Amino acid sequence: MDEILDGLTQIDCDILIIGGGTAGPMAALKAKRKNPEANVVLLDKANVKRSGAISMGMDGLNNSVIPGYATPEQYTKEITIANDGICDQAAVYRYAQECYGIIQELDSFGIRFQKDQNGEYDVKKVHHIGTYVLPMPNGDTVKKALYRQLRKARINIINRFMATRLLTGEGRVAGAICVNTRSAEFLVVRAKAVIMGLGAAGRLGLPTSGYLYGTYENASNSGEGYAMAYHAGAGLANLECYQINPLIKDYNGPACAYVAGPMGGYTANAQGERFIECDYWSGQMMQEFYDELQGGKGPVYLKLNHLAEETVAEIERVLHIVERPTRGHFHEGRGTDYRKQMIEMHISEIGFCSGHSASGVFVDEHARTTIPGLYAAGDMANVPHNYMLGAFTNGAFAGMDAAVFIADVDHANFDMGEVDAERTRVLAPTKRDDGIPPNQIEYKTRRLVNDYLQPPKVTAKMELAQKRFEEVRDDMESGMFVRDAHELMRALEASTILDCAEMAAAASMYRTESRWGLYHNRVEYERDDENWFCHTILTKGEDGKPAHKKQDVKPYVVEIAEDEKDAYANQRVGSSSSVAAE
Amino acid sequence: MPLAQTATTVPVVVNDDLCIADKGCTVCVDVCPLDVLRIVEKEDGKKTAYMKYDECWYCMPCEADCPTDAVTVNLPYLLK
Repeated sequence: MDEILDGLTQIDCDILIIGGGTAGPMAALKAKRKNPEANVVLLDKANVKRSGAISMGMDGLNNSVIPGYATPEQYTKEITIANDGICDQAAVYRYAQECYGIIQELDSFGIRFQKDQNGEYDVKKVHHIGTYVLPMPNGDTVKKALYRQLRKARINIINRFMATRLLTGEGRVAGAICVNTRSAEFLVVRAKAVIMGLGAAGRLGLPTSGYLYGTYENASNSGEGYAMAYHAGAGLANLECYQINPLIKDYNGPACAYVAGPMGGYTANAQGERFIECDYWSGQMMQEFYDELQGGKGPVYLKLNHLAEETVAEIERVLHIVERPTRGHFHEGRGTDYRKQMIEMHISEIGFCSGHSASGVFVDEHARTTIPGLYAAGDMANVPHNYMLGAFTNGAFAGMDAAVFIADVDHANFDMGEVDAERTRVLAPTKRDDGIPPNQIEYKTRRLVNDYLQPPKVTAKMELAQKRFEEVRDDMESGMFVRDAHELMRALEASTILDCAEMAAAASMYRTESRWGLYHNRVEYERDDENWFCHTILTKGEDGKPAHKKQDVKPYVVEIAEDEKDAYANQRVGSSSSVAAE
Repeated sequence: MPLAQTATTVPVVVNDDLCIADKGCTVCVDVCPLDVLRIVEKEDGKKTAYMKYDECWYCMPCEADCPTDAVTVNLPYLLK
C-alpha cells in the first residue's frame, strides 16, 4: 500500500456524487428512488462508513422546523436576521418546509429523536426567536443507518478516491478527475450530473493547539469542494463570512449552546457573569465573545457548575459519547470537572462552512450551482446556518433535481487535454528527488492565515497575506515533494488549502464594509447597507486569479419588519434593544 | 536536501496481543477518515495495526469499530 503506481481508468455513470458524509448519501438515495434505472456513484476520499463531519454521529438537530414548535416562515425570518439580511430566502424557506419530512425519513432509518411522555418531539429553544433544537439520543448510529440504506438501494460506492478537478464541456459539467489515495492511480468518471457534498474548508486556520489536525471540522474536510468549484468556473458566495465558533480551549468540542444551553449551561466571563443574551452561534455573538476574551474580564468560560448533579451527568452523557467521544478523556487529562469549575473556552480557527455561517458555493433552492448539471449541498453550499439537517435536506433536493436533469442529456464531451494537464499537476511532487514536504507547505499557509486573515480584518495585513501566499504557491509548485501516495493526498490537500486561503483573502478585501459581527469585522469600515446589502460572488478570473461581482439579494419570501431586523445585532447583556433569550 | 527524522508521539495505540491483523482484519485501517493506520509485520512474523502518519482527528471510529478492543485513541500531546 501507498506505493505510487501509474494508472488511468475511465468509468461512466449518470450521477456522480462526491463526498459520502451527510449530504452525499441522502442525495444518492433520493436520486436512485426518483430514477431507479440511474447509475449513481458515491465517491469518497475516505470510507463512506465513517466519513465526513458526522463520522462518529451527531448530538442533535440544531435547526429542525417541526409543526407545533416553529413555522417555516418563522425559521426563514430567524435565519435571515441571524445572517444580517444577506440571504436568498427561497432555499431557506424550502428547507424549512421540507426538513420535517426528512426527519421522519431519518426516523424510519432507525435514527431516533428525543420525544416527550406524549410521544411528541422534545424540541428545545436555543435560537434568539424560535424553537428548533431536537436531541438525538442514539446519534452515534447515524452513519451506520445511512450505510445500510445505501447498500439496500444498491448505490455504487467508491472509497479512497479523491476528486481533484471537475470536468466541464458544452457549457455544463462532464465528470471529475480522481486519484486513488493509496496508489496515486487515476480514475476519470464521466457523469451527466455531479453533486458535490465535500464539507467545510476546515483546515484553513491553525487551531490554537498548533496541531494541524486538531481542527473544529473533521480534518479530512480540507476544502476540495470550494477549490474544485472555483477551478471549474462556478460562483462562490460571501466567502468573507468566515466560520468561527466558540470551543473548549485547546479541544475542538463545542461549548455548547445546543446541548448545555437548553439544560441551563451558559457562556460566562472570568467573573462567572453571563455577558451574551443568546448563545446561538452567530457572527454578532462571536464578536461579543471575542471582545470579552480580549477585555479585562476574559478569558471566557463554559459555566455548568451551578447545575444539579443529574443535569451535569446528562450533559456529559451527550457531549462525551456521541459527537466528540474523546471529550471526557480531555477533561480527565486536564483534571477539570463541569461540577467543580468553569471550563476555559476560546474561539476556533477560521474556516468556510455554511453549516454555521453563510459562505459557500452559490446554489439556489434546488441545490443547483451556476454550472448546469453541477450541484452542491451541505457545509460547502451557501445555504446559511444549515447544519446537519440542512445537509440531508439540501442533499435530497440535489439528488431529486439531478435525477430529472439526467433524463434529457447525454454525457458532455470534454477535452482529454484537461486530464493530461491534471495528471501532470497532481504527479509533479512525485517526480522530484527531494524538496518541501506537504505538511510544511500546509503549516506555513495556515500559520499565515492566522497571522493575517483572522478577524478583526485589517487591509494592510490581508495584502501581506496575499503576497506571502504567492511565495508559498511558488514554493509549492516548484518544490513540493512526496514519497508515497498517502503524502500525495496531503500534497493535494495543501494545494486546496492554499486556494481557499487566497479566496478568503480576496473575498474579504472585496467587501469594503463590516458585516456578520466578527465573521467579517473589517475595522476600517462600518456596515454599509447602501453599497453592500448584496451577495459577493467570487469566480476564477481570466487571469487565473479571483474575480468579484455584487449580486442582488433576491426579494424576500417572508418579510422582515423594521424592528425585527436588529434582533441579533445587540447580543450583549444589558444592551437596550435586546430580546431576552429565555 | 535530505529530510529530517523528527520523532513524534502518536495518539492511536494498538495492543498487538489483541490485534487480529494476522487473521486478515483491517477494520481500523478501513474506517479511519484520515487514513493514518497501516498493518505492519512484527519481528516475530505476526502482523499488527499501527499508526503510521501523525494526522489524527481523534474521532474514534478505529477504537469503536475494532472487533477485539485492541485500539485506544488518546489525545495528541499538543492539545491534551
